[in-house]
Amino acid sequence: MTKVLDPSLLPQASLWSRSWLSHRRKRQCVPWLYVAPATLLFTALMLFPMVTVLRYSLMDGAIAKKDSSFVGIRNYLEVVADPIFWQAAAQTLYFTVVSVIFHLVIGLAFAQLLNSDRVDPAIRGVLRVLFILPWLYTAVIIAIIWRLLLDPNGVVNSVLMTLHIIDFKVEWFSSPGTALQAVTFANIWAGYPLYMVSLLAALQGISKELYEAAELDGANSIQSFVHITVPQLMPVIVSIALLDFIWTLQVFPLVWMTTGGGPIHATEMLSTYTYKLAFSSYKFSLASASAVLILAMSMSVTLVYIKYQKAR
Amino acid sequence: MTRARRKKKLPTILTYLGLLAGLVFAGFPILWMVFASVKSNAEIFALPPRLLPEHFTLMAYGSIFSDPTKVRFFLNSYFVAAMVTLLTVLVAIVTAYGLSRYTFRFKNALSVFIISTQTVPPITLIIPYFGMVVSMKIFNTYYALILTYLVFTLPYAILLMVGYLNTIPRDLDEAVKVDGGSSWTALWLVIVPLAVPGIVATAVYTFLLAWNEFLFALTLTKSTEMRTVPIGIELLMGQHAFEWNEMMAMSVLGSLPLLVLYMIAQRWFLAGMMAGSVKA
Repeated sequence: MTKVLDPSLLPQASLWSRSWLSHRRKRQCVPWLYVAPATLLFTALMLFPMVTVLRYSLMDGAIAKKDSSFVGIRNYLEVVADPIFWQAAAQTLYFTVVSVIFHLVIGLAFAQLLNSDRVDPAIRGVLRVLFILPWLYTAVIIAIIWRLLLDPNGVVNSVLMTLHIIDFKVEWFSSPGTALQAVTFANIWAGYPLYMVSLLAALQGISKELYEAAELDGANSIQSFVHITVPQLMPVIVSIALLDFIWTLQVFPLVWMTTGGGPIHATEMLSTYTYKLAFSSYKFSLASASAVLILAMSMSVTLVYIKYQKAR
Repeated sequence: MTRARRKKKLPTILTYLGLLAGLVFAGFPILWMVFASVKSNAEIFALPPRLLPEHFTLMAYGSIFSDPTKVRFFLNSYFVAAMVTLLTVLVAIVTAYGLSRYTFRFKNALSVFIISTQTVPPITLIIPYFGMVVSMKIFNTYYALILTYLVFTLPYAILLMVGYLNTIPRDLDEAVKVDGGSSWTALWLVIVPLAVPGIVATAVYTFLLAWNEFLFALTLTKSTEMRTVPIGIELLMGQHAFEWNEMMAMSVLGSLPLLVLYMIAQRWFLAGMMAGSVKA
């Protein structure tokens, strides 16, 4: 069925009973009328742009040139021949994998602590609220908080120097050796609460009887964790880790606001690389080719995610 | 102390220590930001570092509120986020009703499509959006932001609303239809009033997503008077690299609406947060 029906007709839906449409046909139309606005929006804002970016990527000088022409896969060849693209890809992967691992570890640890019945429930309630806070902050604010803390003259350096862990003022975000670690750290700080909240909900759903039975069988707390907690949490862990993986691959504002991809590409991500191609160099066709490659990577992980969700 | 009691006490102490470490990890950077916003610039980097200000000053806030350009960032953010929230909620209610109450051809495909749009990288969309927005002559306008923000707010909002509408019994719709009303009447007169908690959750979460957006705002607006708060902070960073207290005050003010919403509607925030990962 096509979407030619005007959504503005919706309020008059009851008038249709007297129209030429048969009752059955009318009933088939109704659901489409409800989903029509969203379908139109997604067509305009999702399908059309995807076709457009694909078209741009096969052209020469898209947007920038008036008479751009079809050049086949030349832009793709140029992008994959650029060592910076591969450096950005490797750094994005590093950033993503390390972030996901630490998000999971910290999120699980905090969820376990917040679920512990050794602590007063009121305290746990307050702490749960506070532990979620980093997640509320937009990437730009996270970026400048960490730029302040990790400033060469900032508090982190002065504490580390007092403790004699470092003996000079480290320029965390502007030396090539530490910039990627510093950006990854800021992202770890910002991203664990989603895991914490979801895992806490999952932990509370695990039947206490399982643990009691294990205790009767002589299992210690580590054994219960490995054989009960982890398997019970696995479905939640896998689906959140996959989503987080997809979203972290797309990182842009945090890197843009802390290092801008520098120093000398040391923190270049696929997103910053592509953004600069498009909006600093105005090479929209090359940027489109790079953007399509990023889309392909994202979509392949998304397929895994959807398959996994369906299997559940 | 008996051995059994000592055995129980150690894990409790460790748990408290872990929670304390977590509190410092999560809270210290935020506290540092808040207190830096009420210090003078010289004091922010004073040695040895102190969390609390020695000379409390609201200078940074004063200079933000007295600068119409900076106030404009906030007005822009409020306006754009409010419009996006309104449109998103309206479209999400209608769409979710269709998905929740009917079965039709391609319904499953449509749901999977909506879920998978959440994972499309914004960087892939921004290049064609830039071309589209320029050719539609809405570059550097509110329209450009409001329209494009729908692409990432709608999938969440629809998923949240479908989940909520599924919990409202279908008998209620049928009752309205028996009385001669259409499904449209049933939706607005019966279902929507019952779905208020779900709608609030959707609105709160949509507001957060729109308020925090960076890439589209950076690319699709140009003049200073069209910039939103995140871009305003970026501009402040570029222009006065040393006005740390002002940047921190901007950040405090920029996170204030979300903090207030979070404190009021905590439960609903969490619902939004988890919608993408568990409702799929």
